Amino acid sequence: MSGSVAPARAREAALLGAGAVVLTLGTGALLLLLGGYDPAAAGSAMVRGSVGSWNTFVSITLVRSVPLLLSGLAVAFAFRAGVWNIGAEGQLYAGAVAGVWVALTFSGLPRPVLLAAMLAASCLAGASWALVPTLMRLRLGIGEVITTILMNFVGIYMAAWMVHGPLQEERGVFPQTDRIVEAARLPTLIPGSRLHIGFALGLVIAAALAFIMSRTRFGFHVRAVGAAPDAAAVAGRIDTRRVLMITFLASGAIAGLAGAVEVSGLTYALYENLSDGWGYTAIAVALLAGLRPGGVVITAIFFGALRAGAGAMQRDAGIPAAWVDVIEALVILAVLGLERMRASRVASLSGGEGP
Amino acid sequence: MSQADLALFLEAAVRLGIPLAFAALGETITERSGVINIGLEGSIIAGALGGALGALAFDGAGPGVMAGAVAGLTIALVFTLFAVGLGADQIITGTAVTIGSLGMTGAVYQARFGATGTELSLPTLAPLAIPGLSEIPVVGRALFAQAPTAYAAYVIAPVAWYVLFRTSWGLELRATGEAPTAAEAAGVRVRLVRAGATLFGGAMAGVAGAHLALAHAGTFAENMSAGKGFIAIAVVVLGRWNPILVFFAAMFFGAASALQFFLQALGFDVPYQLFLAFPYVLTLAALAGWVGRSRAPAALALPWEPRR
Repeated sequence: MSGSVAPARAREAALLGAGAVVLTLGTGALLLLLGGYDPAAAGSAMVRGSVGSWNTFVSITLVRSVPLLLSGLAVAFAFRAGVWNIGAEGQLYAGAVAGVWVALTFSGLPRPVLLAAMLAASCLAGASWALVPTLMRLRLGIGEVITTILMNFVGIYMAAWMVHGPLQEERGVFPQTDRIVEAARLPTLIPGSRLHIGFALGLVIAAALAFIMSRTRFGFHVRAVGAAPDAAAVAGRIDTRRVLMITFLASGAIAGLAGAVEVSGLTYALYENLSDGWGYTAIAVALLAGLRPGGVVITAIFFGALRAGAGAMQRDAGIPAAWVDVIEALVILAVLGLERMRASRVASLSGGEGP
Repeated sequence: MSQADLALFLEAAVRLGIPLAFAALGETITERSGVINIGLEGSIIAGALGGALGALAFDGAGPGVMAGAVAGLTIALVFTLFAVGLGADQIITGTAVTIGSLGMTGAVYQARFGATGTELSLPTLAPLAIPGLSEIPVVGRALFAQAPTAYAAYVIAPVAWYVLFRTSWGLELRATGEAPTAAEAAGVRVRLVRAGATLFGGAMAGVAGAHLALAHAGTFAENMSAGKGFIAIAVVVLGRWNPILVFFAAMFFGAASALQFFLQALGFDVPYQLFLAFPYVLTLAALAGWVGRSRAPAALALPWEPRR
């Protein structure tokens, strides 16, 4: 199935993505007009709030793109193997809880050790959150779409319980944890801005995934299983279950990392509703990138800009920020629609049957 | 638990199970045609807002339910255009439709009632006690002193079963979901059948949403569907794609949700957030423990296009 959402060549993926963005912005403007808003005012507020100045771009847009980058990579990697991990949201919360727990419990450790322990714990927690749907798929044959979505709700409420109960701040007033110590905070990437090392970490993981996908035997197996699992098993002698398991758990680990990075790099405490639906936005991020790790870097920044701009749009033009979710949905639909049209054109050019 | 408590519990169980039953019965028909509509959640939330706006505009809960059905159907139409019309991936289309519908309803609600969410008071879908039947001890009020939508669900479940398994329509629908190419060869218009089944599912989910807003809350709140669309899809699996079993599976989940509030009211000291997580954990456990050998329609989630 993933063959139908991942264009074969990078140039095609880029063209498709650009087309989808144009289509989306056009439709979005039309919807705003129908809703009685001024699309021009919305657009200018959006541009000002996202790329209006260098500082806006770095401290707002790029900062907002970090969780989208990490969870987008998680989703893209899973989708490439045909694993429909819709559960990045829950995995992210699991990672955030584990990370903050390590930071609060072992606050006396030296900085490098503490940071490494936090990030490792968040990967482990994200992977264990993905383990339930993984086992249900591999052992019981239950599709992962519904199970990962259900795990999202469990993860969100688990985190909410943590900040109301076991991990609530000492004062016990607000539903949040105490602030983590200096040593548990990620260093700043660009001095004088809010952008933290988490962004660089995302770039490194993107590069690593790109290398794995295109240059290693395992990456080839992932692509083969994603394109045609039965053929991969029979003709390619690939252990599809092993590939699915590793990809699913790695995807969960990266999504978990997104949660801890957000806490360690930006908020310094865990709150209820830490994530603004990032795990779902990640799907749009991954699809718009054609499931390519390199592309995810660009689309994550694009969605980071949209999220940053939406805040300005609500403040300056009085347009509800919830419109951004509509834009995200439109992006996904535009990608799907254009991809289907491309597929049927290719099919009619080659004179063969439809895909 | 006293007899009066038990009666109250059962009444809550049915009341909470009804919206799930609507959504799950609609999705059963949709999935039997070979389409899995993850956008069901989007239809439910649209149905809730549509129900609220309709009830306000026409000053009555009845028109509200109709408006909810139309809203749910409209969202399903978007899904149908992409997933059935263009043959796009159903899982991704459905996810997009849910994200978009949750955002759209939030934006419309904020634009209409303000960002702070002025408390919205709606005409409610009042319980309608059936004389005689509602006086049966313990279960009488639970089954027969419900909102009129409940009685509709009692009728729809057996009718859906009959249509699905005893009529030529039902045969064509199931053939579409099991072997679309063979069905097309036999003269069934596969995409038309799938579109119809999906739109029906959307309208049913819209009624479910309207029921949430009008019979439960008496108001609309953003994200009030709270994952019920996804639970409904799990309910279809648990009910093995059989409308009668699906109906009872929905009631079972209604009972689980009722138990959640009931235990809390009885003073069990379990944190509130864990209570909220309970239905989702239960759904996962039920899927893992109960599904066993049940089999989905063979062509479920597979896009299909006629050969040119």
